[in-house]
Amino acid sequence: MIVQFFVPHAVGTQGYLLLLDWAQIVGAFALVLGIGSLFRTHWDKIRRRRRGYGYSTVTLASFALMVWAGIFYGSGQGPLAKRLLTVESGRLFEWLFNNIDVPLDATMFALLAFFIASAAYRTFRARNVEATLLLITAIIVMLGRVPLGEMIYDKMPAVYEWIMQYPAVAGKRGILFGVALGSIATSLRIILGIERSHLGG
Amino acid sequence: MHGIAYRLQNIDRRWLYLIVFAAVVIPFLTSLKLPVGLHSPSTTDIYDAIEKLPPDSVVQLAFDYSPASMPELEPMAKAVARHAFQRGHRVMAMTLNTQGALMIRRVMDEVAAEMNKEYGKDYVDAGFKTGGVAVMLGMGKDIIGVFNDTDARGNRLSTMPVMKGVADYSDIGLMVDFSANAITNAWIAYAHEQYGLRVAAGVTAVMATDLYPFWKSGQLVGLINGLKGAAEYEDLVGAPGLGILGMSSQSITHMLIILFVIIGNAGYFLTRRRSQSAD
Amino acid sequence: MPEAQQGAHIVFLGFALDPYVIGLWLQALLTFAILSFLIGDNPVYKFAEHLFVGISAGYGVVIVWQQAVLPKLVFPLFPQFGPTPDVPPNYWLIIPGMLGLLILSRFIRKYDWLSRYPIAFIVGLYSGAAIPATVQLILLEQMSATMRPVLGLGEVTWTVAVSALIVLIGVVATLMYFYFSRPHVGTLGVGSRIGIWFLMVAFGAGFGNTVMARLSLLIGRVEFLMYDWLPVVSHYLAGFVK
Repeated sequence: MIVQFFVPHAVGTQGYLLLLDWAQIVGAFALVLGIGSLFRTHWDKIRRRRRGYGYSTVTLASFALMVWAGIFYGSGQGPLAKRLLTVESGRLFEWLFNNIDVPLDATMFALLAFFIASAAYRTFRARNVEATLLLITAIIVMLGRVPLGEMIYDKMPAVYEWIMQYPAVAGKRGILFGVALGSIATSLRIILGIERSHLGG
Repeated sequence: MHGIAYRLQNIDRRWLYLIVFAAVVIPFLTSLKLPVGLHSPSTTDIYDAIEKLPPDSVVQLAFDYSPASMPELEPMAKAVARHAFQRGHRVMAMTLNTQGALMIRRVMDEVAAEMNKEYGKDYVDAGFKTGGVAVMLGMGKDIIGVFNDTDARGNRLSTMPVMKGVADYSDIGLMVDFSANAITNAWIAYAHEQYGLRVAAGVTAVMATDLYPFWKSGQLVGLINGLKGAAEYEDLVGAPGLGILGMSSQSITHMLIILFVIIGNAGYFLTRRRSQSAD
Repeated sequence: MPEAQQGAHIVFLGFALDPYVIGLWLQALLTFAILSFLIGDNPVYKFAEHLFVGISAGYGVVIVWQQAVLPKLVFPLFPQFGPTPDVPPNYWLIIPGMLGLLILSRFIRKYDWLSRYPIAFIVGLYSGAAIPATVQLILLEQMSATMRPVLGLGEVTWTVAVSALIVLIGVVATLMYFYFSRPHVGTLGVGSRIGIWFLMVAFGAGFGNTVMARLSLLIGRVEFLMYDWLPVVSHYLAGFVK
């Protein structure tokens, strides 16, 4: 991979594309692995009648429903075998996704709004100079991003932009450099075989 | 001792939740319409980039987000797609996130129907592919190959008019990545740095701080930041949507949070002083 | 704002049901189910949570199968099933296919050591790709971006020059803070103190933006309730009252 970056030769390119293709296929199986373990956890729970196994039934049932709707039912037309091998997932699948998955996912994350508001009230204290600096910056940012802030002080968005573009960028770049050096070191260690934790020890 | 300061400090969380909810809902009940205000230069940079594209360019839109980020990202995706269609460009939609697959349909089908654009001729849904970085790198050499000549609906890509002349990144005028996580960094690192693809991003506000350095350095063409950014782009394109509609709520709730911080800190300082003077 | 669609009606038990309306009600009920968590953990929330896990996992399987596995593995091996029947089969793909199956060996304790090979392949590939990418992305480009305005390259006005100098100082100071191999005293001490201030500004900006983002998520849900669901509810209520 590293060689390929520096040497734009045709053979290198073909090998490169091949590897990338393979990575995608193996990657798909990795996703299956994730789903499979999920399946196993809940199935075990049901089998052993552990606490809350009723909920596990819900999970497996909804999983089955989605898979059936997308792969087996699909577009609803044609023989079953053909539908299994068709890329079209069908209107039922889309309906289930848009009306069940979307509101659940979106609302779960919307809950975060409440938590951050509660945290703002209860825990964000200006205990020292640094914390005060952080809070003041946060307040300026919050004012700068809304039209109301601009109405209060018409240079507010400009102040916000300056903060975002200069001091914040400086801080972030420092972090970026640190992270970059760290990840290069780790990658080198993996390639040279010093680091083996990804293999499970 | 159990004065106001103490009670304020220990208020039950659920009252706070109720106040927040009210702050979000009430602006919708009134018809408070706030102007969008100053447009961020990072947003206008993307608008200008699309304006300056040569006619009949291909704009790639990466829908790398899930329903969790939909409230912020869908309005901006719609606005950008509209803009590309307005200027007569072709749109290639794809995603590296499984959830993005149907996010594409929600946005593209709706915008295309509104603007009378035809699937296969004006836009295509290339869908989801596993592999993340592998896809980004592969597209630099052979887009059709990476997608195995199949779109997300089982059609053949290479025969579609929309994909005419699109072999790799050099045939794509601009790519806009809509995401809520570090995948944008990867797009910049792999697609832009190695192949020179022009990358812009529309991100949730959480990611915006992380990406500002990349816009400043020119590695990102532009950056649409959160719901306000979406409102700005809707304003630029002249198609008000959920971005602009959310602005009054956003303003009120921001004020509320600031108030929370101030009151919370006031209570803190008061109780601290009281306990200090009690010594 | 979307108007109620005059979609196809399904006839069920003698009632004509509009899937669009049923869908809206489902969305609203599930939204409230999740919001109920704010009052306290409860069975309705738990039900919704587990439903979500199942649905999204099922969704993932369908999408991966249809948009990744079919086009990349099945169709190339058996072109007659796909949209490109004229392309000859690509038997090389059996190799990654086998590698992929090896990953699944993790499920069987006795053979799970087999899964190390595909994992090593993936990790190796991405690590190799990451090194030049990271070097280019951050070390080279970001550094040049920081230096350029200060060295006077490109168009520079006074405000930009001063600001850029601030950025340079900030970056160096922040790096000083992260240099833990020596104690933070003397020059390093002053530098790292300044570095912390820059970090605080960066984090403060991040926090402000995070607050904004999370509130936007809630605003999105309320937009749905207000613009999509309520109009339908009031429409039906009005129908009832009549």
